[in-house]
Amino acid sequence: MDELKKRAKELLETGAVKVVIGYEQGTGNKTRAAFIQKPEEVSRLIFDSRCVLNLAVYLNKPEVKQIGKPAIVAPIPVLRAIIQLASENQFTDDNLLILGITPESKFVEFNKLADVETYLDQHLIEIEARDKEILEKLDKMSVEERWNFWVEELSPCFKCYACRAACPMCYCHRCTVEMNQPQWISVPSHQLGNIEWHFMRAMHLAGRCVDCNACANACPIAIPLNLLTKKTLEEIKVSFGGYKPTLTGGHIMSTFKPNDKENFIR
Amino acid sequence: MSENIYMPYQMRIEKITHEAPGVKTFRLKFINEEDENKFNFRAGQFGEYSVYGVGESTFCVASSPTRKGYIECTFRQTGKVTSALQRCEEGSVIGFRGPYGNVFPLEEWKGKSLLFIAGGIALPPMRCVIWNALDLRENFKDITILYGARTVPDLVYKHELKEWAERGDVKLVTTVDPGGETPDWKGEIGFVPAVLEKMAPKSENTIAIVCGPPIMIKYTFPVLDKFGFTDETIYTTLENRMKCGFGKCGRCNVGNVYVCKDGPVFNLKQLKELPAEY
Amino acid sequence: MSTDKRLVKKTSLDKLFDSIKQQGKTIFAPKLKNGKVNYEQVERFSDIATDYIQTTQSAKVVAFPRTEKILDYTKSKEGIAVVEIDLQSISEVVIWGVRPCDAAGFLPLSAIFNWDTKDIIYNTRLEKTTLIGFSCNKCDESCFCTSVAGNPGGTEGSDMMLTQLGDNGDYLAEIITEKGKTIVDKNPDLFETAGEIDKQKYLADVPVKFNQTEIKDKLANFFENEIWLQQSLRCIGCGACASVCPTCACFDIQDEEHGKRGSRVRCWDNCGLSIFTLHTSGHNPREYQSQRWRQRILHKFSYMPERLSVYGCSGCGRCSRACPVDMNIIEHLTAIQEA
Repeated sequence: MDELKKRAKELLETGAVKVVIGYEQGTGNKTRAAFIQKPEEVSRLIFDSRCVLNLAVYLNKPEVKQIGKPAIVAPIPVLRAIIQLASENQFTDDNLLILGITPESKFVEFNKLADVETYLDQHLIEIEARDKEILEKLDKMSVEERWNFWVEELSPCFKCYACRAACPMCYCHRCTVEMNQPQWISVPSHQLGNIEWHFMRAMHLAGRCVDCNACANACPIAIPLNLLTKKTLEEIKVSFGGYKPTLTGGHIMSTFKPNDKENFIR
Repeated sequence: MSENIYMPYQMRIEKITHEAPGVKTFRLKFINEEDENKFNFRAGQFGEYSVYGVGESTFCVASSPTRKGYIECTFRQTGKVTSALQRCEEGSVIGFRGPYGNVFPLEEWKGKSLLFIAGGIALPPMRCVIWNALDLRENFKDITILYGARTVPDLVYKHELKEWAERGDVKLVTTVDPGGETPDWKGEIGFVPAVLEKMAPKSENTIAIVCGPPIMIKYTFPVLDKFGFTDETIYTTLENRMKCGFGKCGRCNVGNVYVCKDGPVFNLKQLKELPAEY
Repeated sequence: MSTDKRLVKKTSLDKLFDSIKQQGKTIFAPKLKNGKVNYEQVERFSDIATDYIQTTQSAKVVAFPRTEKILDYTKSKEGIAVVEIDLQSISEVVIWGVRPCDAAGFLPLSAIFNWDTKDIIYNTRLEKTTLIGFSCNKCDESCFCTSVAGNPGGTEGSDMMLTQLGDNGDYLAEIITEKGKTIVDKNPDLFETAGEIDKQKYLADVPVKFNQTEIKDKLANFFENEIWLQQSLRCIGCGACASVCPTCACFDIQDEEHGKRGSRVRCWDNCGLSIFTLHTSGHNPREYQSQRWRQRILHKFSYMPERLSVYGCSGCGRCSRACPVDMNIIEHLTAIQEA
């Protein structure tokens, strides 16, 4: 941590970056995002297992962009999000500095995005055993049972869109749910409208979701939304050989490969 | 009328006038006679017009309260509801809730001259006041109308512009943006603020009513100021996104003012007291 | 009416619940699901959660549901038949276990829905609701009712208020309204006479964090302050705070159609979302999150007290607890007061 603080301080002092986006102590046992703009404030930076917010979500926020070039404290899920966002042309090496954090909580600085990509090869997305178990349970259900499971889980959603807001990949200026000509998805929150919204969102994240769990962590009523995206990750693995964020090579869901299985076309 | 404040009046579209590309005027008649008898409104007020199955949209009543038995509205096809309204035919039934909001203080303006300055699709909210004043012509001194649009086809109420031009008791100046004129165009060519400056309006005992796109408004106010109009003598009507129309749904809240309830009509003095969130 | 005070034995509480249930009322009470406590329809007394500070969502749903019909229509060759929502069909509801801040939240909510124009749908729902409050004997770091003129034993808004007298004690019942009295009248043997009881010592100690009048005065000339941007830098612009808030009333009106039939519905909306004020033209009066955060605070602590003579906050702290990025309202209001 001291190394991270030291480097953050340097970057701010030399003016290499205008802001360091990191974590700090929040209310009670919570942590929160910190936007350090003065070298003397780097002591506020922390990192521990409670720091699960995906900070990459701030890279596209206009007010944050206005501060100037950022350095971002990036544990693995943030690194993955950064690569996925970079592959979607959201930023380049020139407008971002990455202060990586290894799974062992060690500081590792990346000079360029390509290095992050290489680093991530050692840290492929692995769905946790606990979640795998739930997914298997869901798989074993009959269609009707599974439908009822999701109706039960999604019906209480009141469409605060915290899942979307907390997701680094949900950066569209105008989300499909806000399109009304035609009205793709019901605006009010009710059983049908909620299912439409969450299923649509999961589909739009297929092949892009970095499995950071930000959506589920953000949900004020603890709907296990990440099960939907985890399931798409598994499906992609079966059909297209698995997802990992890459700078080049195209998007898994929109790039046709001659050896793609086409077993979904019957 | 129902106690349910969201219950619209059922209105039949009696007549549709094509005003300009994408712009139509509907003449609406109350289906229920009782509703018609109870209904009253004043110049400046607005309502929620609805197509069942699509939703509600907010715009002013464009006809004058002096014309009884119907209301008219003019709208441009822009969003979901106005697009659905565009598809309606004569005889169709739509919903109308209103009237909402405050009014242009025509009573206070008795004995004064009126200068109307409108741009583009903003003539409809002003047309209501213009006809109201013309129908009570003896109450006012000079009535001047400056109306501009981007192009000649974009001018709305063409038949009424002709009628106003022919009246001896109204001075009408029409203008189109440079490049927007047609070969036979006889009006002015230029932006509204520039034409206004050329007109050199008298501010003495005169009320200016301004309505148009934000950029037109922005450059018109200084011209009026130059000719001695005080902030209390310049009026406009605001358009914010609205849903309910009576100060509950929250979206037209600007400072401690609700545009739907305290407005939409404001004088420049009141406007200057508001934070710039409209 | 002067508050009638009675004593309800701890062992009688389930009988009171069953009796209300047997009268055919729908009871909503705090219930645990997915690790969160929320008001749910409860059939058995034993299903009610006991160990919690505050429900995640507020009780406002009974009078202002997240989605509700305001009219129905049917289209046919003959035209459109529009039918008003049947207010008679709204059922009688009891909310069991409302916290004082939640009950107090109905005051600002009612002020909005009755500001000159009376919203009969909201009013009917509230009339058909009986609020059985439970005083707070504990609080957390997000609670601040005492800073907004409330208190952990406050009776405002409740029809009956129960205060447990000690950890395993019986309950003091304060009968506040006619609705509360009706419950007593129907269950005379469950409500015993109470002696002189000072409930204060059984209540949670909620420290005062700020002075809302001072904040209101400060906000009168605070629109252009840089604090809004500083505070909202980490705000991600969702509507979690407004959705869980007992006093947030902003809504949308939408039509929903299935074949020839449809409904016009009113549903919750959030001033934190950028689309809230977006004009069809593309112009947005509140384009940035900092403007939307400012609106939220100004609306509750400046505009509402000015226009409706009531603050738009009851100090429940739900917004802070629900916020995915730890926007802490106490911290922010305190900073405004000190700025």
